[in-house]
Amino acid sequence: MTEPSKPKATEERLAEIRQQAADGTLLSGQPDSSGAKSAQNGEQSYYGLPALKEPTWTWEVPLYFFLGGIAGLSACIAFFAQVFGKDPALIRAALWMALIGAGLCPGLLIADLGRPTRFLNMLRVFKLKSPMSMGAWILVAFSGCAFFAVASNELVLVGYGGTFMILFRWAAEFSGVITGFLLAGYTGVLLGATAIPVWSENRVVLPPHFLTSGLGCSSGILELLGFLIPATQIIGFVVSGLETLLGISFAVRKRPANRPLHSGRLGVMFSAAEILEGPLALGVRIFAGSSANGRHAAAICFIVGALLSRYAWIWAGRVSARDPQAYFETQRQS
Amino acid sequence: MALTAFLTDATLCIGCKACEVACKEWNEVPEDGYVWSGNSYDNTTALGASTWRHVMFLEQHKTAGPQISDMQDPFRWVFLSDVCKHCANSGCLEACPTGAIVRTEFGGVYTQPDVCNGCGYCVVSCPFGVIDKRHPDGRAFKCTFCYDRQKAGLKPACATACPTESIQFGPLDELRVRGKERVEELKHRGYDDARVYDPQETSVGGIHAFFVILGEPEAYNLPPAPQVPTIHLKSAWTSALVFSLFIAAVLCGAFAF
Repeated sequence: MTEPSKPKATEERLAEIRQQAADGTLLSGQPDSSGAKSAQNGEQSYYGLPALKEPTWTWEVPLYFFLGGIAGLSACIAFFAQVFGKDPALIRAALWMALIGAGLCPGLLIADLGRPTRFLNMLRVFKLKSPMSMGAWILVAFSGCAFFAVASNELVLVGYGGTFMILFRWAAEFSGVITGFLLAGYTGVLLGATAIPVWSENRVVLPPHFLTSGLGCSSGILELLGFLIPATQIIGFVVSGLETLLGISFAVRKRPANRPLHSGRLGVMFSAAEILEGPLALGVRIFAGSSANGRHAAAICFIVGALLSRYAWIWAGRVSARDPQAYFETQRQS
Repeated sequence: MALTAFLTDATLCIGCKACEVACKEWNEVPEDGYVWSGNSYDNTTALGASTWRHVMFLEQHKTAGPQISDMQDPFRWVFLSDVCKHCANSGCLEACPTGAIVRTEFGGVYTQPDVCNGCGYCVVSCPFGVIDKRHPDGRAFKCTFCYDRQKAGLKPACATACPTESIQFGPLDELRVRGKERVEELKHRGYDDARVYDPQETSVGGIHAFFVILGEPEAYNLPPAPQVPTIHLKSAWTSALVFSLFIAAVLCGAFAF
């Protein structure tokens, strides 16, 4: 809006105003018959204002998504490594990663609450229809599994490896797999089952996307910890390949609801994340995957991309909520 | 207990904002900023944590339809007092993980401030962009449908204060009929684009605060086909579970080597 030029209020100016008012020329021109800058020309909305409220989540939530994914898939890696009788050191590291992740997650979630002291209210109800409620319960269950898996594994390693303890460890690790998949995957459901166009549009893509990046990050951290075994190499290829395919699908499917992913600074951030997780991590692994440094580089690319991507998705929700046209268009199509 | 409803009629609204004032005073809602929005006479801009009634001011081109008054305005004025829709299938209520948001015996959707822990999931689950977190309080707030007044047999504050009966309050079934009749009457009088906004055909399943509007709902930022977000749960969870099985297979393959 341009500021009207302000003549200096001198006595002459006041006399001029008086004269203009008498002549009827003071307020020259008519109000614009098209009305205010309102909803017109097919661009129907109320002054272009948001029709939805923006997500209120701050930096803790994407970090929680990221760590929850790592923790959940670490538990899965530990279990399957155990099943195939792999290196106990790898299993131990993966179990500890699951427990540390599970330990950090509640803090992040609680810090994001408007009333952190009321975090236990999350456990007042068990609501299958609310992914937020399910997530709280999943996190509690997973933390328990991760704790008992680490505890029993440590006891087995120091020599308390009786039949009961071995069976207990299997039970804890298997429960860790179930709850681990749920912990890494539910965050995608949490975003998908909202009114935010860019999230609900991608409700089927988000859970696999988050599970894939959880798996890649967990395996990548194990590689960085020195577990340069064939398994982490294979996982590295699979996850970066999957992310490459996902990146291509996002680039090709330009739906109105996906506009935040393709435009502006957020579009750049999202693309960078997709490239790091997908083609770059894959390329580095293909061309330099035979060396330890190459595998480390590929792992770092993937982890950085995955973290960036979580932030991009939350930010995309904010941008998406501000676009009434995308919201209305999505509804008119269906 | 009979279900109650609001029928808010844009063709009767004079834009006086008595509903906003009455709501603020009765419910002791904090101030929501003294802002000149520049959008006609609208200074509250949108519903929010501290704006539970919001009077919209539409200035449409004369070709949009006949003016409601006899005044020779250069454009077509439409006013509408927006409010929480109190959906039959309510996104915020279903999303709430603490059980803070409940359905009252009158059919309204009520948030209990003593239970809400401010997780913010209702905010992204409302298909109408109504409920929001209040800063720095941290909890989510929205129209209570004056649950306290209804309990005492009184009309909500906004409906009581409305000087033109643009905001009508009464039994749900009765008001639905009255809304239809009003639209018929308006059409008979030449207002061809009059309609009831009450999305009963979508998963929202109808609202308990419906509107008589002129023209497309989008002009009032009312979504043409709002959906309750829980309809997405099945496909999202299925995707998560199927893909988890796929990852389990990948891990089996990877560790078999």
